[in-house]
Amino acid sequence: MSSLFRASFLVAVTSALALAGCDREEHHSRAKPIGETVPAGESPDTIFPGTSSAPPLDPRAVLYDNNANAIAQGQQLYLQMNCVGCHSHGGGGMGPPLMDDQWRYGGRIDQIATTIAEGRPNGMPSWRGKLTEDQIWDLAAYVRSLSGLPSKDAVSSRAESMSAGTPQSLTPHAEPKNSDAPQQ
Amino acid sequence: MPAGNHAVAPAAAAPADDGNWVMPGKNYAATRFSALNQITPANVSKLALAFTFSTATTKGFEAPPLVVNGTMYVITPFPNYLYALDLTKPGAPAKWVFKPKPAAASQGVACCDVVNRGAVYDSGRIFFNTLDGQTFAVDANSGKMAWHAQLGDIQKGETITMAPLVAAGKVLVGNSGGEMGVRGWLAALDEGSGKLAWKAYNTGPDKDVLIGSRFKPFYAMDRGKDLGVSSWPPDAWKIGGATTWGWLAYDPETKLVFYGTSNPGPWNADQRPGDNKWSAGLFARDVSTGEAVWHYQTTPHDLFDYDDVNEIILADIPWGNARRPVLLRPDRNGYFYVIDRRTGQVLSATPYGFINSTRGVDLKSGRLIYVADKEPKAGRVTRDICPASPGAKDWNPAAFSPVTGLVYIPHNNLCMDFSGMEANYISGTPYVGADVKMYAGPGGNRGVLTAWDPVNRRPAWEIKEDLPLWSPALATAGNVVFYGTMDGWFKAVDARNGKLLWQFKAGSGIIGQPISYRGPDGRQYIAVIAGVGGWAGAIVSGQMDPHDPTGALGFANAMKDLPMKTTAGGMLYVFTLPR
Repeated sequence: MSSLFRASFLVAVTSALALAGCDREEHHSRAKPIGETVPAGESPDTIFPGTSSAPPLDPRAVLYDNNANAIAQGQQLYLQMNCVGCHSHGGGGMGPPLMDDQWRYGGRIDQIATTIAEGRPNGMPSWRGKLTEDQIWDLAAYVRSLSGLPSKDAVSSRAESMSAGTPQSLTPHAEPKNSDAPQQ
Repeated sequence: MPAGNHAVAPAAAAPADDGNWVMPGKNYAATRFSALNQITPANVSKLALAFTFSTATTKGFEAPPLVVNGTMYVITPFPNYLYALDLTKPGAPAKWVFKPKPAAASQGVACCDVVNRGAVYDSGRIFFNTLDGQTFAVDANSGKMAWHAQLGDIQKGETITMAPLVAAGKVLVGNSGGEMGVRGWLAALDEGSGKLAWKAYNTGPDKDVLIGSRFKPFYAMDRGKDLGVSSWPPDAWKIGGATTWGWLAYDPETKLVFYGTSNPGPWNADQRPGDNKWSAGLFARDVSTGEAVWHYQTTPHDLFDYDDVNEIILADIPWGNARRPVLLRPDRNGYFYVIDRRTGQVLSATPYGFINSTRGVDLKSGRLIYVADKEPKAGRVTRDICPASPGAKDWNPAAFSPVTGLVYIPHNNLCMDFSGMEANYISGTPYVGADVKMYAGPGGNRGVLTAWDPVNRRPAWEIKEDLPLWSPALATAGNVVFYGTMDGWFKAVDARNGKLLWQFKAGSGIIGQPISYRGPDGRQYIAVIAGVGGWAGAIVSGQMDPHDPTGALGFANAMKDLPMKTTAGGMLYVFTLPR
């Protein structure tokens, strides 16, 4: 490998990293038009007649998933809207845990957003009309981050709670199971 | 009863044992004492399984089975099935099952697992509550519904988990939801029709609390107009908790019903300066009208979720030169109270577990004395508070043996770190405002069985247990005491000295209420339902992630090892001696 090639490779890698970093920190303004509704996220644990796989990820997902700003906004909402009262800081309680590797209604960010917007029949309240779509996506980004799925550099390295657990950047990564996995 | 120098149960509230078990507390005095005596320390080692029954549930099983004239009734956690088993046939086959079909969404507003603490039998009917806030009356023979009443509203966060008490033609029912910003109440339904007879709120103006001319609290701190309003910030009493999710007792002589109220909400006490009446206190009410006769606020301005809902055991106790009608209470806050049940006067309040959050109870003013260093403040962590939120003892009742005069208290040895934060009230969601992290108290054992001598105010003996004790105790006239552990051991110990006599490993952790009954064949049986869960066992029944120490309101941190020690699943076990 020539040194010139090595140098250009380094430049390429560095700029790729830098770009990725920009993306991670990108702060989309509230005014930016996003979809009218939260998508009807498809359940991952089902059968899709006539096709072979779940529908593609909602295009808006890239604005929020792995986005440090969305995750930080979501973290604030998680405390303010009392999500913490049921799900604790991810370990669960009245509601199921969010930091483990099981997603009852799907671990894709659009599926999580749907769960928050529509509620689920065993006790998850519906937040449609109580939160803006943008807030719901922010929350979904944070909830997804609890499981350690997004990259460590996007999540907060400071625990919001004082006495509680380890910061999110130290949360053990829980590999999602089978059909919950695809994050396209 | 021999009126020697120890406590005895009042005859009116604890009539002679007929071999049935018709209410969780056994009788109105809530002694949880069986007068059957075939099983003794000499033969209990031969105790063997008679039959089992799967309840088809995986949530915390806190209810006892009931036995009425050859039929056993089992009420499950959500979805609150009621099974009737025929004890006259080999293997006790099911006669019928009643499915009340409570709303599934109620599971989302139940603070500490979707438990049910028991049904009650009276006059040919079984009465029980469902998680979604209903009370049912079901014909005990046919399993057909007689009536039902909707009392709680899950949209406000109200559930019902307590066992009703049926007394003087009234079915007494209270709400749960002290962690959801509900307003606590006790309701009385007409036993025959299910129609509301009266409803007494535990916060708010006197007229709502049914405080009138008969109200004569013993202590000055509990006297005054509309204290249920003025001891709160404006309107905070409307969402202030003080629910009725625990135990009631009834004195047929004075026609008074006794019950305690839960913690005030939110847990973050900075948001509710004042005594927060009538939370974390004890009411005596006239059973026919609901009128309050006295109140004693055990834990004014509760700082630590020290609900006052624990069992109330009625006893007559030698005090000075006379006998006094009292009630006995191992309280959440760690003190064993002896209270005159006619007046509400505290005769003694003695620690039965390790306490550093309070200094004692001033018997002149009746006031609990807090330790300033342990008072949580929003925005900082207060460490090493003992006992922790579940208290030195939570809901699981003690048993009282008039034979030994001892109270057998299954309880906790837990401490905690606590940090308050601003809680937002959003109806139908938690209203807590605290991050909590619990761990074992001094000595490292998380549970204790204490045999407490209420006259001499000291333990007669103690058994240290590794896990918190979340199962109630059963005392028997054979001098054998039974209790279960959260890893599934069902134990028989000698009532006089605590010696372990027998144990059986159940398939799941035990938090259910053991009972004893006389079978159709004349033999003494012991029954208990295993099925780990409840607040302490939510880490298993709720499949929680142990990485978060604040899970289950901070209990998860103390129970990280439980998923390795037991699995969920409701199963009835019935034991007897071989022929």
